[in-house]
Amino acid sequence: MQNEHIMRTFDEELRSLTNQIGRMGGYAERMVDQAVAALVSGDTDLARKVVADDVYLDEREREIGEKAVVIIAKRQPMAGDLREIVGAIRISGDLERIGDLGKNIAKRTPAVAETRQAARLFRGVSTLSDLALTQLKDVLDAYASRSAEKIGRTRDSDEEIDAVYTSLFRELLTYMMEDPRNITACTHLVFCAKNLERIGDHATNIAETVYHIITGETMPPERPKEDRSHAVVAAPPGDDTGKI
Amino acid sequence: MVDDVTSPPPSRRGVAVERLHTHRLVLALASAGFLVLDLYGGGHGLMALLLILLLIASAALLPSAGGRENKVRRSEVQGHTMATLSAGHLAAAVQDPLYIFDKSGAVLYANDAAANAFGATAPGTSLQLKFRAPEMHDFIEHVLSDGEGPLSVEYTERVPLERAYRVSTMPIGEAPGLFVLLFKDQSETRRIDRMRADFIANASHELRTPLASVAGFIETLRGPARDDAKARENFLQIMENQTARMARLIDDLLSLSRLEMKAYGKPTERVDLHDLLEGVAESLSHQAQEAGVTIERDLPEGPFEVAGNRDELVQVFENLLENACKYGSSGGRVLVSAAAEATGEKAVTITDFGPGIPEEHLPRITERFYRVDVETSRAQKGTGLGLSIVKHILTRHDARLSVKSRLGEGSSFTVHFPPLSR
Repeated sequence: MQNEHIMRTFDEELRSLTNQIGRMGGYAERMVDQAVAALVSGDTDLARKVVADDVYLDEREREIGEKAVVIIAKRQPMAGDLREIVGAIRISGDLERIGDLGKNIAKRTPAVAETRQAARLFRGVSTLSDLALTQLKDVLDAYASRSAEKIGRTRDSDEEIDAVYTSLFRELLTYMMEDPRNITACTHLVFCAKNLERIGDHATNIAETVYHIITGETMPPERPKEDRSHAVVAAPPGDDTGKI
Repeated sequence: MVDDVTSPPPSRRGVAVERLHTHRLVLALASAGFLVLDLYGGGHGLMALLLILLLIASAALLPSAGGRENKVRRSEVQGHTMATLSAGHLAAAVQDPLYIFDKSGAVLYANDAAANAFGATAPGTSLQLKFRAPEMHDFIEHVLSDGEGPLSVEYTERVPLERAYRVSTMPIGEAPGLFVLLFKDQSETRRIDRMRADFIANASHELRTPLASVAGFIETLRGPARDDAKARENFLQIMENQTARMARLIDDLLSLSRLEMKAYGKPTERVDLHDLLEGVAESLSHQAQEAGVTIERDLPEGPFEVAGNRDELVQVFENLLENACKYGSSGGRVLVSAAAEATGEKAVTITDFGPGIPEEHLPRITERFYRVDVETSRAQKGTGLGLSIVKHILTRHDARLSVKSRLGEGSSFTVHFPPLSR
């Protein structure tokens, strides 16, 4: 009887830990979504709200860390349970970073909104954010349903994100060359795109952690890709190859 | 399963009457349940009425058929299995996504509609992990902590497809411990609003150029070119082209908006791509001839089935094949091929042998209004929406589009369909 009772509270503790991850995940998803929405529509109020929300994620991360340490000290878990707890610490770290990146996008909103920009500038950023958010959602859904099947796919989508980022980088460069008045906004947008790309990387990190939690193995290493924007050079003016 | 109970053994009238008495209560309860569920979910009671009628009809008809087995069972046992079974069947019969969960938030049961909308959930999955939106989290937490609070909440998902639901929950039975969570699709009403705003934004932006050009020519025709018959003919031709372009643009925008407005749900109908592709190639043969392209086919023998919506898939392959004919016309031929892949996926590839697409554009060509080359696109009467429509339809089908291209050699667009389930 006594034993069962102990087991049950342990399960409850684990469950509440993972639920907190779910909560953090929901917050991070929402923050990124709203940050990009604010950026695209030039909504500075929404951007301020996103910046304020980040504190919440920081607090949750600390809380999860403390809770996890207490559980480890008290229960001395093994194998699957230990992976679960260590995984929760890792995932919460990644989610907190995602929140930071979302906040950074929101922070840039006023600077971009100051000079009203053409809608075409934002299309690529929206596409990139949709991709990154889809990836994050897939990964967190895999964490919720404990299925390693779909995790392999996240790597493909990470590659896709990198490809879109590189293409977007080139496009923004073209706009800056077309008209120097675009430079301020486009520079900020390049950083926003970079942030989104890194959100994708964090989602991939989470995918690896989730894979480890579920299977007990590390994901087979194969990540050659990387974004190729470091190799992109601006075509000289008058050259048609840079035309979009 | 309610039916079983309402079928008294024909030989014992006394017991039958007594049973009917209790069953009347069950019937009434079940009817009330249907009514509450339906009204609560926002229906008008019509569905519930139908279900109740069905229930009563089957209750009236079944005694002769199911009577014999029931004789053996004792009434209490019978009542018990009825209760458990009817819950499952009732939940499975609900058309909207429905979850049953316990007081720790673990999913005990998800009906087919839920699996279709949100993916499979193994029993024991935590609801708070599955539905992470902050307001949803608060809502579930509130319900679990037994608090009095809002009975429903708005839940929206933005990726991969935009969806909106009104979610309601209530405890099952008197003893708290089990709860039901019901999703009512609100996407349509919300999307109509969004569609209006989106449509105006996109349309005004994209229509401005042709409109300005038409206006300019009207001015010229009224002024300097008033008496120049040759110029007039020329200008009128340009104006006709521009208005045709506006018409195409509006058609495409409307078609995209209509697609986005459709309620979410994976198509389940089986479509034979063999016939469909033949038909599409046939319908475009005239256009291909004009562009100087021959359409070659390399299709497997016999039916090549995928789950999908016929009309939507026709649109997908029409768009892809039309693009291939338009932008790859310099290659002189276009190849339509289909094959089953080792993974069980079914792939249809449309290959052209034209100039190809520069690598940096590849990841982005499905974006709305994204054009690799504005001039070529305009000259070919492109609207910049064709591939967005393709992508949208394929996302709904759980299918993927992959594009390969080499400069100077051509491009190939491959659609990968998931294997047929069951």
